[in-house]
Amino acid sequence: MSDHIIELIGVSKYYHDTSVLHNINLTIKNGEFLTLLGPSGCGKTTLLRLISGFEEPSNGKIFIGGQDMHGIPPNHRYVNTVFQSYALFPHMTVFDNVAFGLRCKGVSAAEVTDRVHDALKMVKLDSYVHRKPQQLSGGQQQRVAIARAAVNKPLVLLLDEPLSSLDYRLRKAMQLELKMLQVELGITFIFVTHDQEEALSMSDRVAVMHDGNIAQIGSPREVYEEPTNLAVAKFIGEANIFETELIRADDKFLEVVIEGKPFKFKNRKGFSTTDAIVTLVRPEDLQVWALSEVTDTQNMFPATVEQVIYKGVTVDLQLRLHNGKALAATQFFNEDDEKLDFNPDEPVWIEWVPGWETILAADEESM
Amino acid sequence: MNKVTKISYCAFIYAFLYIPIIILVIYSFNNAEYSLVWHGFTLEWYRHLWQDNDLQLVTMHSLAVGVLAASTATLLGTIAAVSLYRYQFFGKKILHSLLFILIVSPDIVMAISLLILFSALKINLGFWTLLLSHITFCLPFVAVTVYGRLIGFDKNIFEAARDLGAHDFTIFRKIIVPLLWPAIIAGWLLSFTLSLDDVIISFFVTGPEYNILPLQIFSMVRLGVKPEINALCTVLFVITLFIVCVSQLALSKNKRGVNA
Repeated sequence: MSDHIIELIGVSKYYHDTSVLHNINLTIKNGEFLTLLGPSGCGKTTLLRLISGFEEPSNGKIFIGGQDMHGIPPNHRYVNTVFQSYALFPHMTVFDNVAFGLRCKGVSAAEVTDRVHDALKMVKLDSYVHRKPQQLSGGQQQRVAIARAAVNKPLVLLLDEPLSSLDYRLRKAMQLELKMLQVELGITFIFVTHDQEEALSMSDRVAVMHDGNIAQIGSPREVYEEPTNLAVAKFIGEANIFETELIRADDKFLEVVIEGKPFKFKNRKGFSTTDAIVTLVRPEDLQVWALSEVTDTQNMFPATVEQVIYKGVTVDLQLRLHNGKALAATQFFNEDDEKLDFNPDEPVWIEWVPGWETILAADEESM
Repeated sequence: MNKVTKISYCAFIYAFLYIPIIILVIYSFNNAEYSLVWHGFTLEWYRHLWQDNDLQLVTMHSLAVGVLAASTATLLGTIAAVSLYRYQFFGKKILHSLLFILIVSPDIVMAISLLILFSALKINLGFWTLLLSHITFCLPFVAVTVYGRLIGFDKNIFEAARDLGAHDFTIFRKIIVPLLWPAIIAGWLLSFTLSLDDVIISFFVTGPEYNILPLQIFSMVRLGVKPEINALCTVLFVITLFIVCVSQLALSKNKRGVNA
C-alpha cells in the first residue's frame, strides 16, 4: 500500500446549480490526524460525506488505500464515521451497538466478543456493556460512538464535529483523549470542526476551508503564523488588519505607508510594486504603551482604550485608532511590561516588534 | 382549585363518559327480558349468546375481516411510512397530506365512493369488497402512527448502520423494524378495533351473504334491545379495553425507547 491512504484528485460537488466544492486536491498520509476546519457552509461536511460514500462527487476521483472509490457504496468502504449526533442505535445495548459493524461483516461470535470488549476498554466503558445508550451521559455516548467506529479497524476514521455537543470541560478532556487514541490506534483520522482552537491543538495538519476550496493546508503552526491568504488569517485566531499603501517593492524590501507612517518590511512573499497588500498583526503581537512609558513614538500609532477585559492569564484590550478602526490587543503578564491595567478612554501608543507582522495580498472585503 | 373540587370535577366527567357503559354491563346480568328494573343476577344472556350459531358465524366473519384488514393495512401502511420518511420523490408532500385527509373525511363519503367504485367495476358486494374497504380506511391510521415514530429518530442512525457495513435489508430488519415495533403493534391494534366496530362503511360495501357483527347488532336492535345484545356489547367492550391496554403499553415502551 502506498503511503497515501486517501487521495482526492480534482473533486467537485454541485447540488443542482449550486457549487459546494470546487476542484479539491488533497492527499492524506497514513496515520495522520488531519482536520478540516472552516465556518459552517464551507463544504467541510460535504467533503467528509464524499469520502464516506454518502455522496458521490460530481467531478474528480477519490482513492482510498489506492483503490478508486467510484460507485462503491458506504457499506463497502473501509472507512467509518463518528457522527455529530452520535447516532447510536437506541434499541441496542452498548455491546450490541459496538458489535454491529463486526456482525455485519460476519465475524465469528467469539472474536466479536473479544474485539468489542477491547474497544470498550480502550474508551474506558467496559463496565457499561449492558446499558442502553439513553442511560449514558453525553460524553459516554460519544465514546461508544468512537468505539463503534474504531472496532472495525477502518483505514480511516471520519469524525464529523464529534465534540460540538459536549460542554467546554468535557470537550477539552475529549480532545486530549481523541488525540491519544489516534496515536494508540495508528489509524488515520479526518476530523471536521469549526472550532479553530480544537483544530490547532489536535491536528498534525489543518486544512482550512473557505467557500468550497481548501484555502490553506499545513501544520497548525504554519496556518496560524504564516497564513497564505486573508481568509485563513481571519478565520484562525483574531487578526488586526492594517490598510497598507505600497510605495515600492524590490527583491528584498517593501516600502510601505501605514496610517501615514513609513515602514520598511522584508519582502518574503515576492510582492511587486503594483500589488495591493494589507498588514496583519495578531493581538498577542501588538504592544500597548501608556503615554508616560514611551518617548520615541516614531513607529507607533496613537489609539484610545475602549474596553479592558481581564481574563486571568491575559488582559484583552479593545482599542480604536484615531481613524476609527477597531483593534484588539492581548497583554500577557511579564516583568518587562508591568503596566497592563489601562482605563477606558485612556490614550495609548501601540506598536509591534518589526518582523512579527504578516504581509498578505488584499482581497475586496479585506477592509 | 382545592383537592375536593378537583376530584369531584374529575368524577363528574368520568361519570358522564362511563355511566352508559356501566348501565349496559349491569343490564347484561339482569334476570328479565324487557324490564328496566333489576330482577336479580343471571348469566342467562351470556349462555344465549354462546348458543346462538348465527351470531357466532357473524362474529367469526368480523374477526376474520378484522385480522386480515389490520394485517394488510399494517404491512402497507408501514411500507408507506418508511418510504415517505426515507426517500425523496415527486409529490411526497401531497401524498403525506392525502393520508390525513383520508383520516378526517366522513365515513359516509368514503362508504358511498367505495360503493360507486365497486358497482362501476361490477364487483359483487361481499367478503372481498368489505375487506378492501376496511384495508382502505385502516391504512392511513397505520401510516400516520408509524411515521410519527419514525420522525422521532435521528436520521443519522440509518446512515450509521450503512456506514458500519449493513445492507438495505439488514438495516430494515435490524434497525427499522425493531425500532418501529411498538408503532407497528399499535397500528395493528388500532386497525383491528376500527375494523371490528365499523358500521357505516360496512353497511354499504358488504352483501347479504357476508354479514358482520356490528351490522347484525344494528339489525337486531331494530326489534328492541334484547339483554343478549347487552351481553354481546359487554363482551366487545372487554375485548376493546384489553386491546387499548396492550396498545398503550406498546406505545409507552415506544416513548421510553426514543427519549430519556
